[in-house]
Amino acid sequence: MVAETKSKSLSITLRVWRQAGPAAPGGFVDYAAKNLSSDMSFLEMLDVVNDELTMKGEEPIAFAHDCREGICGTCSCMINGKPHGPGHGIATCQTYMRSFTDGDVIVVEPFRARAFPLIKDLVVDRSAFDKIIQAGGFISVRTGAAPDANSIPVPKPDADLAMDAAACIGCGACVAACKNASAMLFVAAKVSQLGLFPQGQPERDSRVLSMVGTMDSLGFGNCTNQYECSAACPKVISHDFIARMNRDYLRASVRATFKPASASAAGGGG
Amino acid sequence: MNLVGSLFSSSIGRKILMAVTGVILVGFIIGHLVGNLQVFQDPDHLNGYGAFLHNLGPLLWVARIGLLVAVFIHIWVATVLTIENHAARQVKYGVKHTIRATLASRLMRWTGVVVLAFIVYHLAHFTFGYAQASTFKENIPHYFMAEQYRVAGFPVIDKGAEVLDLRTMVILGFQQPIVAVFYMIAVGLLSVHLLHGFDSMFQSIGWRSAKWAGALRKVTIAFCLAYFLANAAIPGAVLAGKLQPSEPARVAAHR
Amino acid sequence: MAKLDSKVPSGPLADKWRKHKTEIKLVNPANKRKYEVIVVGAGLAGSSAAATLAELGYKVKNFVFHDSPRRAHSIAAQGGINAAKNYQNDGDSVHRLFYDTIKGGDYRSREANVHRLAEVSVNIIDQCAAQGVPFAREYGGLLANRSFGGAQVSRTFYARGQTGQQLLLGAYSALSRMISAGAIELHANSEMLDVVIVDGQAKGIIVRDLITGEITRHAADAVILATGGYGNVFNLSTYARGSNVTAIWRAYKRGACMANPCYTQIHPTCIPVTGDYQSKLTLMSESLRNDGRIWVPKRKEDRQKPPATVAEPDRDYYLERLYPAFGNLCPRDVASRAAKRVCDEGRGVGETGLGVYLDFADAINRLGEAGVRERYGNLFDIYHEITAESAYQQPMRIYPAVHYTMGGLWVDYNLMSNVPGLFVLGEANFSDHGANRLGASALMQGLADGYFVIPYTIGDYLAGQKPGSRPSVDAPEFKAAEDNVRNATNRLLGINGREPVSHFHKRLGKIMWEHCGMARTKEGLEEALKLIPALREEFWATVKVPGSAETLNQSLEQAGRVGDFLEFGELLCLDALKREESCGGHFREEHQFPDGECKRDDTNYGHVAAWEYQGAGQTPLRNTEPLNYEFTKMSVRNYK
Repeated sequence: MVAETKSKSLSITLRVWRQAGPAAPGGFVDYAAKNLSSDMSFLEMLDVVNDELTMKGEEPIAFAHDCREGICGTCSCMINGKPHGPGHGIATCQTYMRSFTDGDVIVVEPFRARAFPLIKDLVVDRSAFDKIIQAGGFISVRTGAAPDANSIPVPKPDADLAMDAAACIGCGACVAACKNASAMLFVAAKVSQLGLFPQGQPERDSRVLSMVGTMDSLGFGNCTNQYECSAACPKVISHDFIARMNRDYLRASVRATFKPASASAAGGGG
Repeated sequence: MNLVGSLFSSSIGRKILMAVTGVILVGFIIGHLVGNLQVFQDPDHLNGYGAFLHNLGPLLWVARIGLLVAVFIHIWVATVLTIENHAARQVKYGVKHTIRATLASRLMRWTGVVVLAFIVYHLAHFTFGYAQASTFKENIPHYFMAEQYRVAGFPVIDKGAEVLDLRTMVILGFQQPIVAVFYMIAVGLLSVHLLHGFDSMFQSIGWRSAKWAGALRKVTIAFCLAYFLANAAIPGAVLAGKLQPSEPARVAAHR
Repeated sequence: MAKLDSKVPSGPLADKWRKHKTEIKLVNPANKRKYEVIVVGAGLAGSSAAATLAELGYKVKNFVFHDSPRRAHSIAAQGGINAAKNYQNDGDSVHRLFYDTIKGGDYRSREANVHRLAEVSVNIIDQCAAQGVPFAREYGGLLANRSFGGAQVSRTFYARGQTGQQLLLGAYSALSRMISAGAIELHANSEMLDVVIVDGQAKGIIVRDLITGEITRHAADAVILATGGYGNVFNLSTYARGSNVTAIWRAYKRGACMANPCYTQIHPTCIPVTGDYQSKLTLMSESLRNDGRIWVPKRKEDRQKPPATVAEPDRDYYLERLYPAFGNLCPRDVASRAAKRVCDEGRGVGETGLGVYLDFADAINRLGEAGVRERYGNLFDIYHEITAESAYQQPMRIYPAVHYTMGGLWVDYNLMSNVPGLFVLGEANFSDHGANRLGASALMQGLADGYFVIPYTIGDYLAGQKPGSRPSVDAPEFKAAEDNVRNATNRLLGINGREPVSHFHKRLGKIMWEHCGMARTKEGLEEALKLIPALREEFWATVKVPGSAETLNQSLEQAGRVGDFLEFGELLCLDALKREESCGGHFREEHQFPDGECKRDDTNYGHVAAWEYQGAGQTPLRNTEPLNYEFTKMSVRNYK
């Protein structure tokens, strides 16, 4: 075991999508990255390549990153055709160069979806996710209006399941992996998390109808039940939540059609 | 939004429509297969069954129109979703690696199209008689029932009744190897279509979960395999000479 | 000289906040919509403040340099959040949480602020549970707690190892709700680059859109900074790469005092550095110390040997040896310094010699591998992912890393800086953690400030501002500030040197870590105070910032931030030099007890040092706010 702690040196060819801006033409450009350490993270490798480009007077590769520990959801590349690279259940920032071998050609592309317009190189605009959350991904509770936290017990299995869904980091890998660029896993995770809590019941129907409506209007594709999303998810969020959301959606639609509503009700659902 | 609006205009609604029409069509093909397997029994069975269905009259048309609507919705949804899904990713990846999507799921569009073509041919062949007109229904001798035919215990076709010799029509049809092989390929592709479609229906309606997804998958595979083998057995048996047209003694002279 | 009036209300400690709330001015509900408030930052403090102020009826503009408010670095907090709920019936109370926090802060925080923090801690849990934060629960459906960071009561609420993420997403959901209600205008990808002061009051900010490069002016009746900590001055830290000092530094340069910048927290259990390329240090949860035993070889010669071949008698379980009572569970700062000492002695392990073993062999013998996996499986997985080593088969290697900064902009009891109208929340202010922060208290403070303090205290300030009196963005002060930002940007792009920004950041980090890290000396700090200005000069002469100002330009963003770190680092060292005592996260080797414990000097340094900018090239002014401990006795921390 000790032997494997020794870092190895490797050289790779990086084939990166370069595009100066949304309207500019884009294309793959090859860069040689030599004498890398296998202990480097993938993003550290990009740092090194970028520093070399800078010293040569070229513009470095723009890529999104921040926490570098797999929780903020900022990093977002397709590496060799897979969101977040070859690993399972990790983000790009948690991918290490030891996952590659000397001489590899590594193809790096931005996440591609109409709803995620490209900004520059590997950086895309994922504000569509924020818009979906704004459409209903919350429980309306004014600050200070909450009852004592223990006054509403939540069955542990429900709370645990809600946590599984809540682990979503909003990175967009589900959209990137889906052949239809569908955001179903992202939306389902939030709908399920809040729907599993007693606190989330009053807005349960309006939430799912509104969030799905917003998702559709933003130009994401549709789910075809191939489960590439959950396979690519760095938090391994289950596509069971999609089934749960489908059920919620159907039920909410039935209720919206048949459930009596007060004639004097002002405002209300989404 | 009301229910109809939700179903027809939202992404999830359309998936639910896809699933519900899928359920209807799967129900139909199971019934269709069970009925057809009577070809292996005495000619009374398939021919009696055919006559029974024919005698349903208006009910038969209700079923046919229902099926037609289901097929139409199924195809319409598939087309709309395909167009939208193409639009959702306008710039394609240079390299795209599939992680776990099954081959069947990735071939849905193509298996669906081939199955549709097959259905058209199948109807032309056995329902309307455009293909192989010489062996179509009225063009071959009628058959006389040797025994009473019952459905769920109720007598529906009398002994000695003169009915169409559908069994002979089927067997004569499949004695042409090209027709038989095309039929077998088509039911094979339909089985592949179902390999994804069958448990996908449960997901779209919201009944699938990891707790029983494994069992559901096994059931799906078993069903698709059984469906294929049972269907392929009919042309297979004809080609192998195991099924022969009705004996001349049991049919009326050609008109 | 800045006037540092803490505005702590009079009266008994436990009544101060209640009394203050009844005495401060309120804004008429119909008038609230006439006030605009700018909130910079969208972490726990920023999101919760923006959402709550919007709920109250104020018009809020929220600026965040991330592409989404959900990505703020609060998201990375793992352990949990403290609250004096006493759900466990184990003797916890508001007073005990207050006392633990004061003591943990080594008697360098403001009593009244800390007590208020402990009081509102209970409301935070209620609020978050109502938002659908998936806290861990017991089988009966009630909330679970754990003991954290050596506390004697179980008062920590948690959501697996992702408490910060879940609390942030809760605050983000509240923020999103108010955005969709039209009450908050969200500006993502927007970095604040200057504060605009009009007639001595903070009345706006200058912002650069990181995507388009557009520089815009924004006026408001009050400005809130909730922009986090400055730990990245060390380059390598557990902070996100984007975390920076820029917002509070630019506010400092506009007159806000910077308090206690030398209070930095070092976390003992991080994965060691492997090479020069490294960009980030990853924290391994402190809980590992419950079952892992920390050691290094007794002899230098053994340090490169495979650990299994170092015989038991040749191992030095130094924490157990030095601190028999607390052993491997002694506080963060104590454990960190001990690790540094043994490595300085040349006994550190790993390729770099900067690491100590955290050994689970005994735990595996006792609990079995399955038992250890059950408790720490996910952490062992993370460790394996990063190092490719299995901690089941060989000891982990750990080393301390910068983790949190207690210092920040000076604020009064109302969380307002010495610049009227400029409020500072969360890690960006200095107020609640003194010289050292307890585990699971950062999340508590961020949310306390945002949900339950600022909504009251900002009213007191705004009630004194005439509705509609906010200046126009055409005011000369705005133009001057914008010109200032443009000039700085153009200057960076115009240098056209040869060294990438990252090289300077790395070199600054090395200076800071070496001379102003876990243990500081007068000589070391004086050396740093020579090295940093020299490095800064080199930066402004030879840095290479490619690209233009009109597009996404990450080099430019980073250059601006590193430029600020190069100034701020100097102030941090100066503060460390001038504080001639050891307390909490600030350890001066000259001031220690024989056993290596911090030796405070309450008589001469029982105060807050609040630095006031005096202009470029001038030594800043060291103002002090005395810490009057009315209710607690300052005593020596002892963990033996």
